Amino acid sequence: MSWNRVCDLDALIANSGMGALVKGRQLALFYLPTQEPAVFALDNWDPIGKAFVIARGIVGDIKGEVCVASPLYKQHFSLQTGQCLEQPDVSVPVWPVKVEKGEVWVNITA
Amino acid sequence: MLMQREKLLVVGNGMVGHHLIEQLVAKNAHQRYQIIVLGEERFVAYDRVHLSSLFSGSEHQDLLLSSEQWYQDNGIELLLGEQVVAIDRDKQRVTLASDTQLAYDKLVLATGSFPFVPPVQGSDRDNCFVYRTLDDLSSIKTACAGARTGAVVGGGLLGLEAANALRLLGLETHVVEFAPRLMPVQIDDAGSALLKSKVSELGVQVHTQRATTAITDGETAYHRMNFSDHEPLEVDVIVFSAGIRPQDTLARQCGLEIGERGGIVINDACQTSDPNIYAIGECALWQQRIFGLVAPGYSMARITADQILGGDSRFSGADMSTKLKLMGVDVSAIGNSLGQGEGCQEMVLQDMRAGVYKKLVVNDAGDKLLGAILIGDNQDYDALLQCYLNGMPLPAHPAELLFDCSALQGSKDAGAIICSCHNVTRGDIAAAVQAGTHELSELKSCTKAGTGCGGCSTMVKSVLDEELAALGMEVNHHICEHFAYTRQELFHLARVEQIRSFDELIARHGQGMGCDVCKPAAASIFASLWNEHVLDAKHQPLQDTNDAFLANMQKDGSYSVVPRIPAGEITPEKLIVLGEVAKKYDLYTKITGGQRVDLFGAQLEQLPDIWQALIDAGFETGHAYGKSLRTVKSCVGSTWCRYGVDDSMGLAIMLENRYKGLRSPHKLKFAVSGCTRECAEAQSKDIGVIATENGWNLYVCGNGGMRPRHADLLVSDLSTDELVTMIDRVLMFYVRTADKLQRTSVWLQNLEGGLDYLRSVVVDDSLGLNAELEAQMNHVVDTYQCEWKTTLSTPEKLARFRRFVNEGDAAATPDYRRERGQRIPVRMVDPKAEFIQHTEQEGA
Repeated sequence: MSWNRVCDLDALIANSGMGALVKGRQLALFYLPTQEPAVFALDNWDPIGKAFVIARGIVGDIKGEVCVASPLYKQHFSLQTGQCLEQPDVSVPVWPVKVEKGEVWVNITA
Repeated sequence: MLMQREKLLVVGNGMVGHHLIEQLVAKNAHQRYQIIVLGEERFVAYDRVHLSSLFSGSEHQDLLLSSEQWYQDNGIELLLGEQVVAIDRDKQRVTLASDTQLAYDKLVLATGSFPFVPPVQGSDRDNCFVYRTLDDLSSIKTACAGARTGAVVGGGLLGLEAANALRLLGLETHVVEFAPRLMPVQIDDAGSALLKSKVSELGVQVHTQRATTAITDGETAYHRMNFSDHEPLEVDVIVFSAGIRPQDTLARQCGLEIGERGGIVINDACQTSDPNIYAIGECALWQQRIFGLVAPGYSMARITADQILGGDSRFSGADMSTKLKLMGVDVSAIGNSLGQGEGCQEMVLQDMRAGVYKKLVVNDAGDKLLGAILIGDNQDYDALLQCYLNGMPLPAHPAELLFDCSALQGSKDAGAIICSCHNVTRGDIAAAVQAGTHELSELKSCTKAGTGCGGCSTMVKSVLDEELAALGMEVNHHICEHFAYTRQELFHLARVEQIRSFDELIARHGQGMGCDVCKPAAASIFASLWNEHVLDAKHQPLQDTNDAFLANMQKDGSYSVVPRIPAGEITPEKLIVLGEVAKKYDLYTKITGGQRVDLFGAQLEQLPDIWQALIDAGFETGHAYGKSLRTVKSCVGSTWCRYGVDDSMGLAIMLENRYKGLRSPHKLKFAVSGCTRECAEAQSKDIGVIATENGWNLYVCGNGGMRPRHADLLVSDLSTDELVTMIDRVLMFYVRTADKLQRTSVWLQNLEGGLDYLRSVVVDDSLGLNAELEAQMNHVVDTYQCEWKTTLSTPEKLARFRRFVNEGDAAATPDYRRERGQRIPVRMVDPKAEFIQHTEQEGA
């Protein structure tokens, strides 16, 4: 595990996702200003749609679970755990994030 | 101390074996029995029925019916890749290939069947296969990679599936059938002849009445198939699919009673001649019959589960009706489809032009359906099957059913079988609905109805609707869990309270954070009402997949780009620019059905540059990504056409420019025809206009696509100004009152009072709304902007058009290959495997 500086918080867009490339791994970063922590990092790979698109989904909540909907086939993935809400056997890896001095850091296994 | 649990051993982990375990778990039998499952293959149970889908894009994981985890979670021991070699009935134990011995109290044989390979010399050569397991299919796939031609021996249901697989793998494909016709067990000569001609049209060559005598070395291909009485055929790959034989080796060897032609004899309780041993599925022989379909196997599994737990369910035979699509051709057979035996009368419809063959088999009195065949049109299968299964009385002139089955009202009998795979009755579904299951997906998972072959899904939905109506429940039209309002109600609230942002809307009228249903719906409402740019900071996070990037996302995450070409009229100069842009970015180029050009394969970060080039050449966005006006299709009209009555081109261009950019509950398609020949197909559009000698006729709420609807004539003989006013009113009334994602056709069907009511509103102004509707439309027209042009001149709107926030974008472009001179995506694989490899290398 190692912490990697990814970008300034300013570079993210509130209530939206952005792709990021960290150590060769494609991530999806979501910035939800009202949440704690405010930034979530998941793999950008959609295991159902089979494409790097998770960052382009709409964020929201389903029964209180903060999640992103795949832009391809609209399955929901929890931003906290990566669990797919529709298919219990599917999930997306999630990674710890910290925001320090306006910078976004992600801890990924590498 | 815990009581010693009895041991239940299940040999076979195919579809039926797995279904038995599901049944046992559902009945909590795993609390009473220690259950051990032995599977010979290395995979957990998978869906063998849909094996062929592996050749049309599915992965083998998609076919798995369960997981080892599920077995573990339920405390069931699953031993895969283990073969049972002997059963000792006296000592009640089995021996595995590994010499391990396992004791049992009850034993279930679910060993299935094996493909029959005719005893032909050379059938054991390389590149000869059978078609049964995932491993068989991988071997076929590998062999076909280097092959040009292939043949399937066997023209039955599975043989035709196998032939389609070879065809999809790019082989010149032959089907060799011993009988005089295809699918000899299910369909008759005339039906087979039609099926044969349809299959031949797809390039599959069918050879009937061929007995293969030997397979030898070929001269032009790997094999030569020699036939008695016919010229030999040379092919590279051969697949045998000439029927199945019950896998009864173990049963024979331990002395259980076996049928004359194979199969483990069972009684109605699914017990073999040894009461501690059961047999289910394709290895079992009941009343001299083997059931080679999954539904009867499931039913045996249910009965066995019940018997093992001391119940008294009995197997009483099974329905062998089938509905399928073979190479895109609908084929179904119900009951006694061949009309065999006494007292059968046949009625036939043979429409060679339409490619449809239907046969009904009825009893002598003509009041009961005994069987049916449908080729080329499966639409009436559900209705006929219900009628057959439930012995419903036929109408007075049953032959009329060949044209129209609407006389067969669905049976309201609670015992009527809806799902024959899982044996779910109408009463079962009704009970689940009454117990509070009101969502279709939940209903399916709790009753299992519609989760086998899926053929009854539409019936399950209609039973749900009827039951909800019977309960006096209004179907819940709340837009989602965040708003207890319909779209119409939200539209009204936003309009009256002048709400312009989602934050405001949810703070005043909703709860939670919102989701991918309410956010795009709200974005669409705001756009219809206020027409602000969809990528303004407050609107951008609400936009659905395509709107969010003003382009259409494709399956690989790339985008397609569609500039507007009003009415399909384009100058040569602009056409050249399209070609140049497509060439520069290597975009797959296709003419769309809407008379414009779609450019595929753009990466997210390329969209701004592509659009800059298009806008510089005078193009505007085509809104192909929006729920908004797509195109106004047109014929060339009176400017060129010898028959043209009026200038359809001029009108179409004017209409497209007027309504472009109008966001609506769903997409809108228009067309204008210059005369009654209707070359623009205006009567299949949301708004259709046809020129007459006296002006324009306006048609509304037509649809093509999945559920075609002929448009209705709203008003005749309008001047151009009157026409525009009328369209303004109809569209704005639709925008105000439709449900989310509801096309105009469905909107009109659901509009109380229908066409007459619509006419009273927009023509007679019965609601006194028209001035408001027109003003609202004028606002939208006046505030039009090309969304791409504005985006390119606003840097903050471009911020999200990057693949990675922190690096250059060149990395990791998806893979493409070329087909017919153009670039198309290669299906991507899970990157995890690669990633692990990559990091390991880094570590080393």
